[in-house]
Amino acid sequence: MPEPVVSHQDSRETVSFYVLGFLFLVVLPLLNVVPSEESWLHVSDFRLNQFGKFLAFAILALGLDLIWGYCGVLSMGQGVFFGLGAYCMGMYLALQIGKESVYGSELPDFMVWTQVKELPLFWYPFKSFWGGFVGALLVPVLFATIFGFLAFRSRIKGVYFAIITQALAYAAWLVFNRNETRLGGTNGLTDFKQLLGFRLSDPSTQRGLYLLTVLALGAAYLFCRWIVASRAGKVLIAIRDSESRVTFSGYTPWMYKLFVFVVAAGLAGLSGMLYVPQVGIITPAQIGVLPSLEVVIWVAVGGRGTLIGAILGAVAVNYGRSVLTNYFPEAWPFILGGLFVVVVTLFPDGLVGMLRKMHARKKTPTPVIKAEGRTAA
Amino acid sequence: MTDGNLILHCEHVTVDYDGFKALNNCNFSVHYNELRVVIGPNGAGKTTLLDVICGKTKPASGTVLFGHGINLVGMNAEDITKLGVGRKFQAPSIYSNLSVWQNLDLSVKRASKGVFATLMGRSSPAERERISEVLETIGLTQYAHDRAGSLSHGQKQWLEIGMVILQEPSLLLVDEPVAGMSDKETEQTGQLLTRLSEKQAIVVIEHDMDFVRQIARIVTVLAEGTVICEGTVEQVQADDHVREIYLGRAKVAY
Amino acid sequence: MKSMARLLQPGLALVLWAVLPIGLDGQAAWAGDETGQTTSVTAPPADSIEQALLDLQSDEVAVRTKAAEVLIEKGDASLIPRLDEIRERGSRAVRITVKPVVDLLKNRANLMSTSPDFRRSAAADLASGGRMEAIPFLKQAAEQEPVWWVRYTMEESQHLLELNAPDPAVQLAAVTKLGELRSLNSVTALKALIDAATQTEATDHQKALAAAAEAAIDRIESWSAWAGALETLFRGISLSSILLIMSLGLAVVFGLMGVINMAHGELMMIGAYATFVTQQAFIAWLSPEVFDWYFPVALPVAFLSAALLGWVLEATVIRFLYGRLLETLLATWGVSLILMQAARVYFGDLTAVIAPQALRGGAQVMVGVYLPYNRIFIIILSILCVLGIYFLLFRSNLGIRVRAVTQNRNMSACLGIPTRKVDSYTFAFASGLAGIAGWALTMVGNVDPGLGQNYIVDSFMVVVTGGVGKLAGTIWASLGIGGLNKLIEPVTGAVYGKVFILLGVILFLQWRPQGLFAAKGRSADA
Repeated sequence: MPEPVVSHQDSRETVSFYVLGFLFLVVLPLLNVVPSEESWLHVSDFRLNQFGKFLAFAILALGLDLIWGYCGVLSMGQGVFFGLGAYCMGMYLALQIGKESVYGSELPDFMVWTQVKELPLFWYPFKSFWGGFVGALLVPVLFATIFGFLAFRSRIKGVYFAIITQALAYAAWLVFNRNETRLGGTNGLTDFKQLLGFRLSDPSTQRGLYLLTVLALGAAYLFCRWIVASRAGKVLIAIRDSESRVTFSGYTPWMYKLFVFVVAAGLAGLSGMLYVPQVGIITPAQIGVLPSLEVVIWVAVGGRGTLIGAILGAVAVNYGRSVLTNYFPEAWPFILGGLFVVVVTLFPDGLVGMLRKMHARKKTPTPVIKAEGRTAA
Repeated sequence: MTDGNLILHCEHVTVDYDGFKALNNCNFSVHYNELRVVIGPNGAGKTTLLDVICGKTKPASGTVLFGHGINLVGMNAEDITKLGVGRKFQAPSIYSNLSVWQNLDLSVKRASKGVFATLMGRSSPAERERISEVLETIGLTQYAHDRAGSLSHGQKQWLEIGMVILQEPSLLLVDEPVAGMSDKETEQTGQLLTRLSEKQAIVVIEHDMDFVRQIARIVTVLAEGTVICEGTVEQVQADDHVREIYLGRAKVAY
Repeated sequence: MKSMARLLQPGLALVLWAVLPIGLDGQAAWAGDETGQTTSVTAPPADSIEQALLDLQSDEVAVRTKAAEVLIEKGDASLIPRLDEIRERGSRAVRITVKPVVDLLKNRANLMSTSPDFRRSAAADLASGGRMEAIPFLKQAAEQEPVWWVRYTMEESQHLLELNAPDPAVQLAAVTKLGELRSLNSVTALKALIDAATQTEATDHQKALAAAAEAAIDRIESWSAWAGALETLFRGISLSSILLIMSLGLAVVFGLMGVINMAHGELMMIGAYATFVTQQAFIAWLSPEVFDWYFPVALPVAFLSAALLGWVLEATVIRFLYGRLLETLLATWGVSLILMQAARVYFGDLTAVIAPQALRGGAQVMVGVYLPYNRIFIIILSILCVLGIYFLLFRSNLGIRVRAVTQNRNMSACLGIPTRKVDSYTFAFASGLAGIAGWALTMVGNVDPGLGQNYIVDSFMVVVTGGVGKLAGTIWASLGIGGLNKLIEPVTGAVYGKVFILLGVILFLQWRPQGLFAAKGRSADA
């Protein structure tokens, strides 16, 4: 008997991947360049840059989807890994400002304010682009390895793990906030000028960064897809369904959790690295408890346990936010809170789940996730 | 270790749940290729005994020797599994969001079950052959690509048995396999277990006395955490002590 | 945004209809009036004083100084208005002469004040004024003083002044006396004496003084180490009790119902705002004499409003999510966002509650150890809450039902226990506990929409460390985390203190993944 071939779901996901890829890689940039600025079809530089940010967030969401959607381990600290990646790239960019800074000093401005005379030692690797690039991936990965090792090895799971990661986000936020002299404190790192000689204020640089983000997202998606399709991906789902059975089949669940946690951290770092040059600022406000939880809602809205869902959710929620905060700035927390409640109680399968249900009216239903009754604490 | 033919030898095992002794100085042995049935009233410690053997519960004292003298006490559940102890739980424990095939595929005995081996690994033709065979055995061939969560209760029980079979354990621990099965299914399960015991040792916990009579050669009776009687079904049923435990203080009643 | 606020107004107004006319922007306008210190005034002997007052404005230093001495000796507080007048008119030199006279007369008068606080601060001021003339007054006042702590300050001030006395014997006695008093305030002066003795031209007397001063400092410092340890201990217990009072509700819900309630912090916030609104109602409608009663009245208000909200929350959201821990966690987080923003829109950013008279100030239990009443209040309250919960769960019918449902829901249902009702009552009760916590927290901090967030991460740490389902776990964990926090805070600073606590909790969970008091048993994890 042959192994099952690609199911309908998988093939539909592949189609949506191509559609989305075409949309973001071809249509949006073309609409940015070709139509005149007055045309309703025109996508402004600002919009394009905004979508660049959303797509960077989508990479972050992919990571969380792997660990939460597939493996069932809720991490409420993804913002920390995102922040580590963003700060690494931010430190490189801050050092690239050089003599263009307000004070004309080689040191970043905030160091001049806080009267730091010498560059702290841990800034040195970020003098080169490769330092920033490798750091943005490696620092979150290393940190996740240590934290994950401690947490998973001692079998901290479920709510316990969620709370511990939330405390981690809280602690990281405190630490970054309080490091005025070494990391810019509350104000973070900003006022970047150039990346590898390209001016960041130049629309063509931003266009390039946008395309880079789309490609990175595509690569991240394919990487996640490969993991999910492999036997290890099945083990992840198996852990979510019945961790003890996995143990009694000879696997070591915490190793898998650690692996996927580290992959998620690496993706978060990549996301942060792409975010910084496009948005032009990174502050501790991007790291704390709330930003980490927002990632969860992106994935929940899109549909956890489906990679496309994570991408859709990240883009949809952030787009909605950018539109709504324009008109009703104070309403956003209400909407975000409402989304948490409504999605979790009424639409646990998110957008993708709803689409599938609509499709399944004609066929048999194929739920994304089925909660198996009451599982006692 | 008096007998070289023992695959399992538990000695003086005690499990303490906050003062309640689920197992109390329990001694229990199983031979190679033996089909052993464990019976006993509720709370006698039957499931706890299996939990201790497969590493789910750590005993307060005692040793559990497996095969050629390996002490299982203190080992990880996954390492015990790799040594060749398979466990089927009382409530069916399967991966409901994976297909039946995938459930079985994950359970196949493989050289390495580490993350990277699993990431790269693909099923060999021989493995697929094995899985198909087992599917045939447990009667789920036509459901191979269905979500395991959509199976009926009895089918889930069989699926789990199939998964444990694919682990190729030398000792199989089975907890109430026929709970919730129809008479026909029960009989088929009995035949399956009997067939399996030709190659491996099996310990079955069961309440259903008809089923016990169908499969059992030697029965162990557990009560209040200790073995109180061992023998054939007839011997056990004739034992006064066992009657007393099951029927209450019969002598007083008469 | 106005439209948004208008949208919300009716809903909130419905809940708070009773308080709408109060005007929430106004802080309590009349901060408790300080009971004044009126001093009995006797008429001074006229002529010499009048002369001195004139002399005080002389251009000659000697005349002025003499006049000041006369005034200090014979004058009293009744002269102060006239002295102030002279000071205002006078030259800089005159002002400099008048100031110490005014201070001294004022403080001397205050030594006889009816308020112990005024008497004490007057004594302390006299010491820092450095005028030897104050010594007899301090001595006299100390003899009549009924409050030990005020008497202590008077004696301390007296001996501090005596350190500068011309008579070596008095100096030496003062040094020894200060040592006996364990006077922390004298350490600087005593160190100066030791320094003086190290100079080459130091006299024998100075050396003797230095030796005595060293002995005194030794005594003082060993005492202050103890006192410091005691205060740290108290601060630790105080923080622990705050954590405990916040974690209790969380632990009840988590332990008994398996639900993590992320909105718990916001239910506390509700309790705090309920207290605030009660206060505003008292200000608006009741006379100031009964103002202090707002606080006890606010207790049931806080409990009931939080409990009501909790009940609604359970009925509309949580009941659909039982058994799905992570989902509950996320949904309640959403609720917390909504509540926080609602408070921000309606109440604005920062408000505060005025503590009732009885909870202001604190008790000086011994030299160097000062215990604020509001902290003591919270410690006692947390103990009461623990006892209350204990009796409710283990000594009442409702408690038996709650525990029965926890242990076996289906069996309880079969026995006729209304499990749905038990769920919703338990949740409402735990929410009410959060309300009480919020009520108590108004005594130690501001009332603002972020109130719940400030402590909530810590209280989650407590619940996780304590383990599920055991009251004792929560108590020990809050003691441990609160105590540890205060212990390492001085060393690492508050921020890294928190980071170290987190690390500590993670390492602790290495050793005990289920927390301090994990429930063991065959159904522990299925």
